[in-house]
Amino acid sequence: MLSYVLRRLLYAVPIVLGVIAITFLLFNVLQTPQAAATLVLGPKASQQARAEWIKNRGLDKPKSEQFVKHVKNMATFNFGTSWKSGRELNEVFRTGVGPSLMITIPGFLAGLIGGVGLALYQVFVRNSLLDRSITLWAVALMSVPTVVYIIFLQAIGALMLNYFPASGFDWRGLETLKFVALPIIIMAVVNLGSDVRLYRTIFMEEITQDYVRTALAKGLSSGHVLGVHVFKNGLIALITLTVGSLPALITGSLLIENFFGIPGLGNVLVLAIGTGDQPVVMASVYLGSLLYIASLILTDICYALADPRIRLS
Amino acid sequence: MPETPLLEIRDLSINFATENGTVEAVKGISFTVAKGETLAVVGESGSGKSVTGLALTRLLPEPPTIYKSGEILLEGRSVLKMSPRELRNIRGNKIAYIFQEPSTSLNPVFTIRNQIAEAIKLHRPEVRDIDAEVIKYLDLVGLVDPAKRLHDYPHQLSGGMQQRVMIAMALSCQPDLLVADEPTTALDVTIQAQIMDQLRDLKKQVNMSIILITHNFGIISGIADRVAVMFRGKIVEYGDTRTVLSNPQHPYTKALIQCIPQPGQKRERLATIDHAALEATI
Amino acid sequence: MEALFTHWLTQNLLVLAGFSLIAWMLWSASHHERWRRAWLRFRSDRGGIIALVVVGIYLILGALEVLSFPTKSGGTRTVLDLFVGGVPAEKSYSAPLATRLLSEAKPDPVKATHLLGTDALGKDVFVETLKACKTALIIGGLTAAIYIPLGTLFGILAGYFRRRVDDLIQYVYTTLASIPTILLLVAIILVLGKGLGTMSFALGLTAWVGLCRLIRGETLRQAERPYITAARALGQSHWNIITRHILPNVLHLVVINFVLGFSGIVLAESVLSYLGVGTPVGTPSWGNMIDSGRSELSRDPMVWWNLVSATVALFGLVLSLNLVGDSLRRAFDPKRG
Repeated sequence: MLSYVLRRLLYAVPIVLGVIAITFLLFNVLQTPQAAATLVLGPKASQQARAEWIKNRGLDKPKSEQFVKHVKNMATFNFGTSWKSGRELNEVFRTGVGPSLMITIPGFLAGLIGGVGLALYQVFVRNSLLDRSITLWAVALMSVPTVVYIIFLQAIGALMLNYFPASGFDWRGLETLKFVALPIIIMAVVNLGSDVRLYRTIFMEEITQDYVRTALAKGLSSGHVLGVHVFKNGLIALITLTVGSLPALITGSLLIENFFGIPGLGNVLVLAIGTGDQPVVMASVYLGSLLYIASLILTDICYALADPRIRLS
Repeated sequence: MPETPLLEIRDLSINFATENGTVEAVKGISFTVAKGETLAVVGESGSGKSVTGLALTRLLPEPPTIYKSGEILLEGRSVLKMSPRELRNIRGNKIAYIFQEPSTSLNPVFTIRNQIAEAIKLHRPEVRDIDAEVIKYLDLVGLVDPAKRLHDYPHQLSGGMQQRVMIAMALSCQPDLLVADEPTTALDVTIQAQIMDQLRDLKKQVNMSIILITHNFGIISGIADRVAVMFRGKIVEYGDTRTVLSNPQHPYTKALIQCIPQPGQKRERLATIDHAALEATI
Repeated sequence: MEALFTHWLTQNLLVLAGFSLIAWMLWSASHHERWRRAWLRFRSDRGGIIALVVVGIYLILGALEVLSFPTKSGGTRTVLDLFVGGVPAEKSYSAPLATRLLSEAKPDPVKATHLLGTDALGKDVFVETLKACKTALIIGGLTAAIYIPLGTLFGILAGYFRRRVDDLIQYVYTTLASIPTILLLVAIILVLGKGLGTMSFALGLTAWVGLCRLIRGETLRQAERPYITAARALGQSHWNIITRHILPNVLHLVVINFVLGFSGIVLAESVLSYLGVGTPVGTPSWGNMIDSGRSELSRDPMVWWNLVSATVALFGLVLSLNLVGDSLRRAFDPKRG
């Protein structure tokens, strides 16, 4: 097991290098140092100020040299400061994690618990009208663009009813919930639709297996067979999928955060793209890719641990 | 006054409503099984023998299965009229099953101890020391070193061992009738013989009725008291084993018996069955 | 080059070619047992058939908007214009079926009845929504034309040849997948300029990964089967085995992925518009309508018809595509219904 994990980590290195290279390339094609300076300093800045700014950041050195330095920085987690705000990036990320998680975790849990519950119920009444209606609802939920959910709920919840603030975020103890209530609802709704369909597929796959017939032949009730036998087998695929999506929770939903003005990691990235704040984007993407690879490895490990056929061979 | 048979099937017909129309799987069959008796149901794939076996406790999924007519009487009570709770009561308790593919019939994520224990806890809640009971039955079916095997998962056992576990699981509920649906078909030949020997031993020790469903006439001697031969959903021959084997009446039975390769026989081709011709005889 | 592509004759021919392609695919599918069986099962799923008809309606609307002919005055008109064109534009907003403009300062009477009102530029919202079908279908179609061959090709190559080919392909798509999609999309579009073509290109580059993984998995499973070993033992070349044995057996997955992916692409357009890299402003698109809906909702009186109309149209297409995709899945594999 240990050697397996080490090997996977080793494979991760060229991938991360590739990610850094691509983002570096993208930015250097997208933006000349001149353009970057203009973006940060403003169009009215003098030629001299711009040249000085470029020199300070080392952007006049040859690209290859810049790239090597950049890789070294990333590897040592030395992210530097934001071009726009001047804040230490490490601090930016640290303060951004909280708000992101406040939204993604409840949304994730809602999708998980609601999804599994509904899916098991669907398998219980499979192929009935109820089963098909639930599927239809789930598909319908998934078919509405996230953007529309955001716009509508904001319009109704905040503007019309005035229950929730339209945007913004502040740590105020229990009051904080007011700011994240709408985002959480949207996150939950968006997740629920796709989760129910996914989990239903997993559990339906199990219900056709031979061991279900044996369990029924023993005299167990359908409920027990579903809730214990089918569930535990489906759990393997379930765990694998859920654990695999955990790291992504940290990065937060870019759309929702941006729209509601939540200062989470997602919003950090969107704003940085908009303002051409290179260090922030580079660092965000780098961290994001690390998390993604971590999720891949975690998924493999969980799968190996959860399935006794793999664990004990 | 003859004793009420353990199981009596009267004129049973079973249909399936499929997307291509109605399929008549079983067409008006009748047979009985007495206490302690072993009945072999022999036929090819599609003859309706497995469907019959599963019908005894209504294990067939109920759409699309339709019990068109007839009766299934267990100790005089009609199975077809039982409520779901009563059905759950007889499953495992009165009638237990072993299936063809032991590797997929056992739940891969539970230990064999837990799977057998589940059956015991359900039907025999008075048992105190479950582990000891599980070991007792594993030993009974000839599993070597049962205590060590308790916490193994099914995939860690060989095919023969898995089938023994299934038999142990079935027996642990102390059923009156064991339905063995092609118990040896998925196993290789040497293991087949071992499992059949095991079943023969058990029959003597436990005095349980057995319905042995198979396509292979070769395995039924020495264990089956009576034979029912099925073809296209009907029973074409029914009688005690020795008579049917030595003096088959129906052309299909004759054809089936001819298929069994005999050692010392001088033949260039294996015998086959002409289904089209036989269709006319039923 | 651009001029040739946008010439009305070329566009008409393309539509004709598109429909012929679909017809040919259906015809060749009817000769294969697996597809025939799946069709029989699909046919009995009433929900799926209704959804398919709805998708068909969208397809026809889009086609009607592309099909055009030259007018006497030298411009071109589309066939759709024949039916719903000729609705005069107002000066600005007006509510559905209203008799007057929305503005409080100058509530002039409207020039004609607008079923769903008019937008900021006074264009009839109902007509705009219908015309936007074309945009959605073009983006979906172009993106599919890019991501499907890429994904299928690399998926099969990775699953069939394994080892180093597989390692390389896996490296490429894992690296791509590690970069946030939105970043990639925005970056590509900013570099190549806004427009339907670049949008489709960018979306295609990000979408092929999912299909590649799917096809790779299925190819791995198929390649292990004895019939492949038998084919190789008979001396079949790799190309023959791939085209004659593997490809037909993964094609159904491609179709299902296409249908479901199309709905995702149509949805993605709205996200791109939100981020400012969506369809350029002149072209009618649901994404743009939704995006303008954002600020419109906070007006007083509230302008909701733009947003609602686009959402309903979008929802209709995406829902139908999803339902058709689900039906197809069930048709090809009834056990996992």
